[in-house]
Amino acid sequence: MIATWTKALLLITFTIVPPSTLLASDSTKAIEIATERKKRDLGWESSEASVTMLLRNAQGQEAKRALSIKSLEIDGDGDKALTVFDSPRDVKGTAFLSFSHALEPDEQWIYLPALKRVKRISSRNKSGPFVGSEFAFEDMTSYEVEKFSYEYIGEEEVNGEECFVIKQVPQYEYSGYTSQKVWIDKSHYRVQKIEFYDKKETLLKVLHLKDYQLYEDKFWRPMRSEMRNVQTRKSTYLITEKIDFNTELSDGDFDKNRLKRAR
Amino acid sequence: MAHNSEQSPLYLTHPKVSLLITAIVMVVALIGAQNLYFRGDYKVFFEEKDPQRLAFEEMQNTFNKSENVAFMIVPKSGNVYNTQTLNLASELTEAAWQMPFSTRVESVSNYQNTYDLDGDLIVEDLILEKMRAGEATAHVQKVVESTPELIGRLASRDGRALVVNTIIQMPDGDQTRHILDIASAAKSLKADLLARYPSHDIYLTGIVMMNDAFAIAASHDVMKLIPAMFLLIFVSIAIIVRSLWSAIFTMVVVSVSIAITMGVTGWFGVFLSTATVNVPTVITTLAVADCIHVIVGMRYFQRKGRSPHDAILESVRVNKKPIFITSITTAIGFLMLNFSAVPVLAHLGNMTAIGVMLACLFSLTALPAMLSLRPQIPDNRSQNALFAKWGQFVIVNHKLALLLSSAVILTISLFALNNRLNDIAVEYFDERSSFRQAVEVNNNIFGGMSNIDFVLFTDIPYGITKHEFLDDVESFSDWLEKRDEVNHVLTFTDTLKRLNKNMNGDIESFYTIPNDSELTSQYLLLYEMSLPFGLDLGNQIDIDKSALRIVAVTQNLGSNELTKLETEAKAFFHTLNSNYRIEAASPPLMFAHIGERNMSNMVWGSIFALVLISGLIIFALRSVKLGVVSLFTNLLPAAVGFGIWGMLSGEINMALSVVVSMTMGIIVDDTVHFLSKYQTARIQNQSNEQSILFAFDSVGMALTTTTIVLTLGFAVLASSSFMLNAHMGMLTIIIIIAALLVDFIFLPALLAWLGNNAHNRKSRAKLAQTQRG
Repeated sequence: MIATWTKALLLITFTIVPPSTLLASDSTKAIEIATERKKRDLGWESSEASVTMLLRNAQGQEAKRALSIKSLEIDGDGDKALTVFDSPRDVKGTAFLSFSHALEPDEQWIYLPALKRVKRISSRNKSGPFVGSEFAFEDMTSYEVEKFSYEYIGEEEVNGEECFVIKQVPQYEYSGYTSQKVWIDKSHYRVQKIEFYDKKETLLKVLHLKDYQLYEDKFWRPMRSEMRNVQTRKSTYLITEKIDFNTELSDGDFDKNRLKRAR
Repeated sequence: MAHNSEQSPLYLTHPKVSLLITAIVMVVALIGAQNLYFRGDYKVFFEEKDPQRLAFEEMQNTFNKSENVAFMIVPKSGNVYNTQTLNLASELTEAAWQMPFSTRVESVSNYQNTYDLDGDLIVEDLILEKMRAGEATAHVQKVVESTPELIGRLASRDGRALVVNTIIQMPDGDQTRHILDIASAAKSLKADLLARYPSHDIYLTGIVMMNDAFAIAASHDVMKLIPAMFLLIFVSIAIIVRSLWSAIFTMVVVSVSIAITMGVTGWFGVFLSTATVNVPTVITTLAVADCIHVIVGMRYFQRKGRSPHDAILESVRVNKKPIFITSITTAIGFLMLNFSAVPVLAHLGNMTAIGVMLACLFSLTALPAMLSLRPQIPDNRSQNALFAKWGQFVIVNHKLALLLSSAVILTISLFALNNRLNDIAVEYFDERSSFRQAVEVNNNIFGGMSNIDFVLFTDIPYGITKHEFLDDVESFSDWLEKRDEVNHVLTFTDTLKRLNKNMNGDIESFYTIPNDSELTSQYLLLYEMSLPFGLDLGNQIDIDKSALRIVAVTQNLGSNELTKLETEAKAFFHTLNSNYRIEAASPPLMFAHIGERNMSNMVWGSIFALVLISGLIIFALRSVKLGVVSLFTNLLPAAVGFGIWGMLSGEINMALSVVVSMTMGIIVDDTVHFLSKYQTARIQNQSNEQSILFAFDSVGMALTTTTIVLTLGFAVLASSSFMLNAHMGMLTIIIIIAALLVDFIFLPALLAWLGNNAHNRKSRAKLAQTQRG
């Protein structure tokens, strides 16, 4: 009886303490969580995946794109990724290469088969949509701890998992977001959900990561990523059809001069 | 208990009890009023499955919405290409992203300028950084003037103004509150920037600002003019009837009828809309008329020497039938609006029908109860003699009166043909409104702000990159561009031609549509990948690249000119012999269609209702002759009213279509009371002429009083700066005065003439006898 009362009292005390007084320790705790998230996903080296991208607008109209994505882990810097379009037919063979960096702007190139030329894409506009989807470029590049500053918010259950909730603020000047709210599960430090806040600090998009699968006994990958734009009511689903970690990929496969041969 | 109430009904034996019952009913009804809410969005005018609404919503869902706030920057120097003005535009562009529900901001400063740099496609803001004083602006000017997507849309062709266009995406549901929030954010942003850039003017236009102006004007009228109108009605009743209590009692009946109607509406879960905000006014007109009949009738019998109690009883007895007939026929007329395709007009019809019947009930129960509590001092003036004299005059000269009045009515009515339906939403506000001032400046510099969005569907994924399709789009945009009423055409073909040029080393001869659809698709992909947040092509291209939206900005066209442009554009597109589908939609086009639909529904619905009411009068008065006569007196006032409007203005807008139904009650009231008094006398075997005189004597005062009172009341509304209300007030006044004149000149002359033809000369002799005697 007394125990229950104490608990209730404690709960009240905690809820009425203004968040600002907890700030200092909160940021350290949040950074610890972020660092652990990154640490748990180190050492995967490379992967190759077939992905279906499904776009849907408020009218319920749908569009599909098939992509194959090759990724290479880079020690001490952001990862490299090569995305090749398999469909629709009009853009088949178009290849997109990106070098993600922790602090400097990312580098991006695109190969257009109809033009048979490689073009650099201006890196300032990372906030723009990735091939007309609800995913922005910056949502697609690899996660690096240094890309954000952090604040610990609390705990909450999402998708049946106990999660830490942290707020991360992009350090990149031209980001399209003021902040992101991230739900990271306690069991494996996997991201379960992200809320994206736009320039006027209102909720813009919600990302749900679902059907996590374990690869190589160590690396968790979501088979479904569902991004919903709450303002335009458009949504995009990324569905991983197949993913392989035993690849022979090396730095040479991620060379812009060899994009023409990318398949 | 009060069953043998032949002599004294409950409301006279127990006036306080009956008033208490009325009060309880009102309180119970008013509990429902808390469910009431207001919906100001366009959807209320359309049924769920209306094809136009579905097409419009499909467009809104497929592409981004096109509701906007446009900031127009006009430097006092007359030229925008200076560092100050361009910095102002950049700063405003950044700040506009902070406005509530903004999803996209477009201006010359964040225009995504593309060019070739050593074989790479550069896509970046035209004005990347804040310009320092004296920095060259020539580059910006050169790009703006050579870019069809900018010139004439975001920068004026004469270099006098820039536009920062903010696209707003509001959630569904009650938008009125959001609109006020957005507009106030825009106004404070404007004030803040003007303080820092004093040599500039900023004007706010766009759909959101227009809706804000609507809301402000409507609420100003509801808060200020409507109360003033009620006050004036109250004061004029008090003066004309010479009794403060009579005026108070009338207002009580009016208020209770309105309150219960609103309460019942709330109980049924019906929302309020721009169509139903006029319900209280419509109920007021008839409730005032009912009360004045009872009060003036009581005075009449008091003057004839009856006790106050008897006078009340007698007034109720003689007025019961005409008031009931007027109310029931008017109510049935309003219920006819249920056949209209516009849901809110059905609401208007049902609510008014309830209100009218309530006014009938309370003017015959609660009003006499109140009157019995405050007996009136008899009034010995004999004003009614005036009406009898006028009646005599008309009877004696009935042939001349009939001929002259018919000629005048016919001539005036012919002017009704001058009227044209022409809703120009931006002109609903007079020059006192700051929105209207902004519209005028925009009109001077840009030539107008109306628009039609055309969507061309190929129905195949990536269909829009096909050369055949793009050629059709090009021809279609050229056709639009050549129209005088079109100021600017935003078309993806311009963007594509520019990309082709950039991808080929910025060589001018490549400013064409690529021949290869794969090349087009890949340019598009590259360009899309290069655009920043909020500036994607989602407003022009759908997600599977199967449909394209082309935006034509036009002059501030009237509804019929706008729909004409729509029809002709579609017809032209079909002559291209392609199998592509075309749809057109935009908020102004919606207004235009709503206007047309509303207008024809309302006017024909009301005319049908008036004819139907005449049919009902045949049964109510059990006389075919009087029913046919009532057909004239019911229809002619509206014909005269619209005839006079045709002489004065000739432009009919949405609000005017409501006027016929608004005045219907009064028109019918005048007719029914006159005819029923005439018939009463005829049944008592009085001569035709005597019966006409009796009608004048017993209702002339009441009809005149009602007309004067309502004219004064509506004069307040006519003074509004909101043209919708001002015109509505003016036309209402014209029609109710016309109704009185028709009933005082044409009707008695017609009755006298009919009586002369149908009956023998005896009656005339009889009249001469009574006059001598």
